[in-house]
Amino acid sequence: MLPLELHELTFSAGKAAIIRGISARIEAGPRTVILGPNGAGKSVLMRLCHGLLTPTSGRIVWQGAMNGGKNVDVRRQQAMVFQRPVMLRRSALANVMYGLKLAGKSRSQSELRAMDVLEVVGLAQHAERAARVLSGGEQQRLALARAWALGPDVLFLDEPTANLDPASTQDIENIINAIHASGTKIIMTTHNLGQARRLGDEILFISNGRLMEHTPINRFFKQPASSEAASFIKGETPWQ
Amino acid sequence: MNSLGEAFTAAWRLIAGFDAELAQVVGLSLQVSLIAVVIATLIGLPIGAMIAVERFRGRQTLIVLLNALMGLPPVVVGLVVYLLLSRAGPLGGLGILFTPTAMVIAQTVLITPIIAALSRQIIEDAWREYDEQLRSLGAHRLNAAMTLMWDTRFSLLTIVLAGFGRAAAEVGAVMIVGGNIAGVTRVMTTTIALETSKGDLPLALGLGIVLITLVIVLNALAAVIREMALRRYG
Repeated sequence: MLPLELHELTFSAGKAAIIRGISARIEAGPRTVILGPNGAGKSVLMRLCHGLLTPTSGRIVWQGAMNGGKNVDVRRQQAMVFQRPVMLRRSALANVMYGLKLAGKSRSQSELRAMDVLEVVGLAQHAERAARVLSGGEQQRLALARAWALGPDVLFLDEPTANLDPASTQDIENIINAIHASGTKIIMTTHNLGQARRLGDEILFISNGRLMEHTPINRFFKQPASSEAASFIKGETPWQ
Repeated sequence: MNSLGEAFTAAWRLIAGFDAELAQVVGLSLQVSLIAVVIATLIGLPIGAMIAVERFRGRQTLIVLLNALMGLPPVVVGLVVYLLLSRAGPLGGLGILFTPTAMVIAQTVLITPIIAALSRQIIEDAWREYDEQLRSLGAHRLNAAMTLMWDTRFSLLTIVLAGFGRAAAEVGAVMIVGGNIAGVTRVMTTTIALETSKGDLPLALGLGIVLITLVIVLNALAAVIREMALRRYG
């Protein structure tokens, strides 16, 4: 359903403008990293793209889903992993099966698929455990499994490792790469430069609700075009 | 003055000896309140869940109203149900005034708002946490409501227990619509009121002990369930 086009997208909460006129075209293929300081509007931009928030103005167009595809159909081809995943009060396996059943899969189909993805993320031995008693890293892997199980064309990840230790972060990044290798488009936010370098093929740099740069990863780190990006890379904050 | 001590001793003797009159009164009490709480849950829970996840005009007003109804004075509920069921009332043809059925109706009216209002609060709090995740997974409002009810099932169960406690301990409504007829519509609370005014303290005290024990057991049960659920499901 890609490419994804954003046309003069804005979003305001009350009087506060959070996204201030972003236009971009995101193609299938490269891992896209939305980078920027805290409060830049990364998460809001991602929620707008995923359809969890409605833009104040502007348009979001999934070019590949234009054949009269309704909203629900577009949603079914995307999935999202949140910074703090919400686990249902049931087993890990049941958490993965939940989304599959909503997507209309039969119970047996769901269970097979769910066990497959749990195996891949290394949680097969915890399938029957209550999801909420798993560790933070395990819960995030479970969230990835739950999203991946749906077989989305596009997977959004909102700061997926922000609350995790280095070992868990490594696990998550490996899984993200495996999902990418399986043909799913990765769009993720981070404020972590190292993670952007490790996982990104292209960067959308956001600052103060505006898209400052949309460039391949190498060029972004070598020759940032905006002073905001240059200072962000140097680890400076704009007011220093 | 040793009559209080004697009364207590007599009360214990009634309880320990499974006194027929006491057992009958306790039995009817539990039966009426249990049926009422089941019906109130079947009505109140879906209402609470619906208000929690839907957005409509007048929602806030409805929530305020529902919360206010939690404090419904039992005697007023009794009066209204009495007027509805009395010979001249719109439902007088049913001929159920002064029967246990009338008492079930009065208690149901009394605790349905409690169950609806408290479950609305619990489900809405959960909805705030789950909203984006559930929508992202493709859940519509009805799916979401069912999921939230299942995920908050232990908190909801404690609400139901609270509703049961409230129904069993209430006196005004059942007194009016039941009529406190010996052997037919006498429950623990109405019997305590009557026997106390008659000066027959042992039966009143015995029932009082049973009632308080019941309330304590219910609350302990609620606490145990919450604790177990927290440990098991997080």
